[in-house]
Amino acid sequence: MSIAEILDTMEYGPAPESDKEALAWIAGLGDETKLFIGGQWKKAKSGESFETTSPASGKVLTRLAQAGTADVDAAVKAASKAQPGWAALSGHQRARYLYALARLIQRHSRLFAVVESLDNGKPIRETRDIDIPLVARHFYHHAGWAQLMDSELAEREPLGVCGQIIPWNFPLLMLSWKIAPAIALGNTVVLKPAEYTSLTALLFAEMCQKAGLPEGVVNIVTGDGATGEAIVNHPGIAKVAFTGSTEVGRHIREATAGSGKSLTLELGGKSPFIVFDDADMDAAVEGVVDAIWFNQGQVCCAGSRLLVQESVEQRFVAKLIARMETLRVGDPLDKAIDIGAIVHPVQLKRIRELVEIGVKEGAELHQPKAAMPSKGCFYPPTLLTGVHPASTVSRVEIFGPVLVATTFRTPAEAVELANNTEYGLAASIWSETLSLALDIAPKLKCGVVWVNGTNMFDAGVGFGGYKESGFGREGGREGLAAYSKPKWLARAKPIAEKPAPQTGGDAVSTAFIDRTAKLYIGGKQARPDGGYSRPVLSPSGALVGEVGEGNRKDIRNAVEAARKATGWAAATEHNRAQILYYVAENLEARAGEFADRIAAMTGRRKPEAAKEVAASVSRLFSYGAWADKFEGAVHKPPLRGVALAMNEPLGTVGIVCPDAWGLLGFVSTVAPAIAMGNRVVVVPSSSQALAATDFYQVLDTSDVPAGVVNIVTGDRDALALDIARHDEVDAVWYFGNQAAAAGVEKASGGNLKQVWTETVQRDWLSAQGEGREFLARATQVKNIWVPYGE
Amino acid sequence: MDMKHKAAAAFANQPQPYNPPVPFSLDPVEAVRVNLSAAERRTSALAGRRTVKKQWQAAWLVRALQCIDLTTLNGDDTAGRVRRLCAKARQPLRSDLQEALGLGDRTITTGAICVYHRFVATAVEALQGSGIPVAAVSTGFPAGLSPLETRLKEIEASVADGAEEIDIVITREHVLTGNWQALYDEVRACKEACGPAHMKTILATGDLQTLRNVARASWVAMMAGSDFIKTSTGKEGTNATLPVTLVMIRAIRDYREMTGHVVGYKPAGGISTAKDALAYLALMKEELGNDWLQPNLFRFGASSLLADIERQLEHYVTGRYAAFSHHAMA
Repeated sequence: MSIAEILDTMEYGPAPESDKEALAWIAGLGDETKLFIGGQWKKAKSGESFETTSPASGKVLTRLAQAGTADVDAAVKAASKAQPGWAALSGHQRARYLYALARLIQRHSRLFAVVESLDNGKPIRETRDIDIPLVARHFYHHAGWAQLMDSELAEREPLGVCGQIIPWNFPLLMLSWKIAPAIALGNTVVLKPAEYTSLTALLFAEMCQKAGLPEGVVNIVTGDGATGEAIVNHPGIAKVAFTGSTEVGRHIREATAGSGKSLTLELGGKSPFIVFDDADMDAAVEGVVDAIWFNQGQVCCAGSRLLVQESVEQRFVAKLIARMETLRVGDPLDKAIDIGAIVHPVQLKRIRELVEIGVKEGAELHQPKAAMPSKGCFYPPTLLTGVHPASTVSRVEIFGPVLVATTFRTPAEAVELANNTEYGLAASIWSETLSLALDIAPKLKCGVVWVNGTNMFDAGVGFGGYKESGFGREGGREGLAAYSKPKWLARAKPIAEKPAPQTGGDAVSTAFIDRTAKLYIGGKQARPDGGYSRPVLSPSGALVGEVGEGNRKDIRNAVEAARKATGWAAATEHNRAQILYYVAENLEARAGEFADRIAAMTGRRKPEAAKEVAASVSRLFSYGAWADKFEGAVHKPPLRGVALAMNEPLGTVGIVCPDAWGLLGFVSTVAPAIAMGNRVVVVPSSSQALAATDFYQVLDTSDVPAGVVNIVTGDRDALALDIARHDEVDAVWYFGNQAAAAGVEKASGGNLKQVWTETVQRDWLSAQGEGREFLARATQVKNIWVPYGE
Repeated sequence: MDMKHKAAAAFANQPQPYNPPVPFSLDPVEAVRVNLSAAERRTSALAGRRTVKKQWQAAWLVRALQCIDLTTLNGDDTAGRVRRLCAKARQPLRSDLQEALGLGDRTITTGAICVYHRFVATAVEALQGSGIPVAAVSTGFPAGLSPLETRLKEIEASVADGAEEIDIVITREHVLTGNWQALYDEVRACKEACGPAHMKTILATGDLQTLRNVARASWVAMMAGSDFIKTSTGKEGTNATLPVTLVMIRAIRDYREMTGHVVGYKPAGGISTAKDALAYLALMKEELGNDWLQPNLFRFGASSLLADIERQLEHYVTGRYAAFSHHAMA
């Protein structure tokens, strides 16, 4: 085209990024790639391989090795062998390696960017300006945590070998989110990149070699779901970290149940993008572009549900439709392309089908008139208006450049609509009224909220979901918990549950007036649904008393009561502290009575029992103290603004208390949970259940609002399973035997509730029995990004 | 030739816009919402989202050159200096380069010449027959604090001397104190004084400080009949920036949506490299469309930009990095 012609049309013209170096590097991999195991490039023992293609052109790039069970085993062995030595290095020594990796990624940034774009189909603008810089930043940031581990995480140690499975939407970025924190804290890893997009992981392995990283610290195995399965099931793996679909996440939850593997899941989303009538409309339109037309909408936290205030809907949608016309779809290696290729024809088909369903269900389809590439795997930016919460496209994660729009009338309705999803990953709020935005942010059930922004990420700011978007955080101090554990755990003995004493059939002692211990639900004593009671015996088999035999209907009622006690989470920290102190005060007033009970149930001498009561009083004081002190953080990501890391309650927590400490175990688990604003459904010690049923009278006299603490006595392991199977419960803590713990973990997959199972003996009387570990378990971090400026 | 259309000689199909005043209303001023961080994100991301290469870049640079208001606004200006500037405006590109770019049969000039009132007549004479309009900075430029009567007389004098475009400055105090009615009245009075001449209203955005102020002032200036809104005099601490531009051109877009009237945009000051110019053109194209890539709706207020564009075009033609001395100075 001549300059004169261009002067008349003022078109952009092509601006291709060269793929020469990238293709040369890929060619250098040979006809079939190898696996990176123990610092060496190894041919897959499976002998199998599969093609990997460039979605923009459909051209085959190379064949990837399919790691089989034997290959995964070799990788885990190499990682296990390397782990003690790696963990034994000083933090500073590990920091030097991570620093070297950060520098290497920067030095080879363009090669990484082009290979990523070729392999994944995302625009070079994104890999060059967003993905790769964030990757380097992640290694820098975690080099820092390696350096500081000895001082800042003095009581924690690495988990061991981490099996990490990452998705195809941000191949290298997700690799960095997984590998950097793991190796910074002394773990070693076996990582499987996604089968569609494995190439940058192999390039990263080359960087590990260049950095002189000790052999076996990082192992990369390529392959499909079967390879992932082999990692998940490998007994040598201490931790599984997975980013991907909720469906696979649920499967992994079930597969790892009872294995003792720790687990973090970063799963799907259907994140709301909320536009209030006082938003900067043009800014919000541009926000939509960054939310759903970033990476072709193949982003777990994509703002895929537009919720716009009814009064401005018409104007906003008109602006949005106009903006869609200027989006450029095409060759990802063109520097002036906004939307590249969909990762794979399978994904393209899914997007098409879902949009068809949306239209069939009555949505109005808006797509720009601009030309689309004639071949390759592309889908135009798409807006569906007139979509309702009941529409399929409102509920299902499309994972494509498709935005669905719904209106709301009031802020309260916006919150309700925003939370009306099984997911809880992210949200975006657009309003120029800070008091409105900061009122809405805490009400959204999700791990990340962006105020007047979207899709912002930083290594120093945790990322992760609520609800069925998974659990665990990546990035920031909050992300370190996922790759470390308390040092004392390694020395702890398994919980040995004593066989129940044989009942002597004795009559209830007449030393006290006969008391009927009931369940405690919604602030009231309740008879058990089944109408049965169970005995509480002394070690010698004497009948100390009887408690209700709770069943799953009682759990249901307790959960319902807890769900309704919403005021507790909103109560001020000071108020919660006051109530915890008051509980302590009232417990102490009846200290003698409690000591007698404990002595009777445990056979301990009264002074010993009195110690447990005193420790419980002290513990209540501790959590009264903590209630207004376990505060979040103000992160300073690299922008003008802040990210507020807020410790939020989980919601309804089911707690199955340790059996051996009737009162102290109850107080030590319930107090941190309610101090942080959770409501609890508690299954107390079976053998010492009367300590808990006596305790509800203390609660009754201490202004604890109805429904905050609900107590269901009965068979602990059976009730634990009932709690784990209840999808309105947000978390379950189980202290007890291995078999029941496995059952709880497995059953938790239904709503992917957070699970804390502990099958080892904790010293409840010591400092081990309280503190930050419990508080961290009782909360989840929400990061609220607030860019500002006038 | 009808004054209103003379300026468009090189762009015969693109009439100069005329923005008739509309009655003052506080509503759009109060409805303004601007988010600074989002504006910055948009403009900084655009630098990575859009680029032009090879002949497209060359063509875009020629267009940038055609949109320049070649400007001299210095205390030591003389008639001789102004005549030199006019000669450069007639032939901004070395003829061998113009030929090599395949534009030998086109008339390539800058968008206008911009001078103080004192030199309007000199410039008009020097540009006779070229179709290049003369713009006069007016109304007590740059501070705009002389008596209104004097300022209006100044406009009339420049128009009488042959200025087809008048770049007025606003009283910043009206913006900083929220006296929107006063701002409207002032600009409206200037508009009337301009008569058939085209009025560009300089908001002095560096003095207004906040994007919110910039957006509000843009609305008032447009309601009062500004044919162009312009960022800066070049004398404020901060000149044109991309975020300020974004806010002003979005106001232009919304104003057109509300009234159907078309307003032009002129960033001024601080735009000195070809790369800067391309970034502005891309932003105009993205936010307002191709119509705003023509000198009737878009101008750069610049003095040194032209030299860099010429050198880049020489590089395109020859593949060699150019020496300043190979291009005629203004």
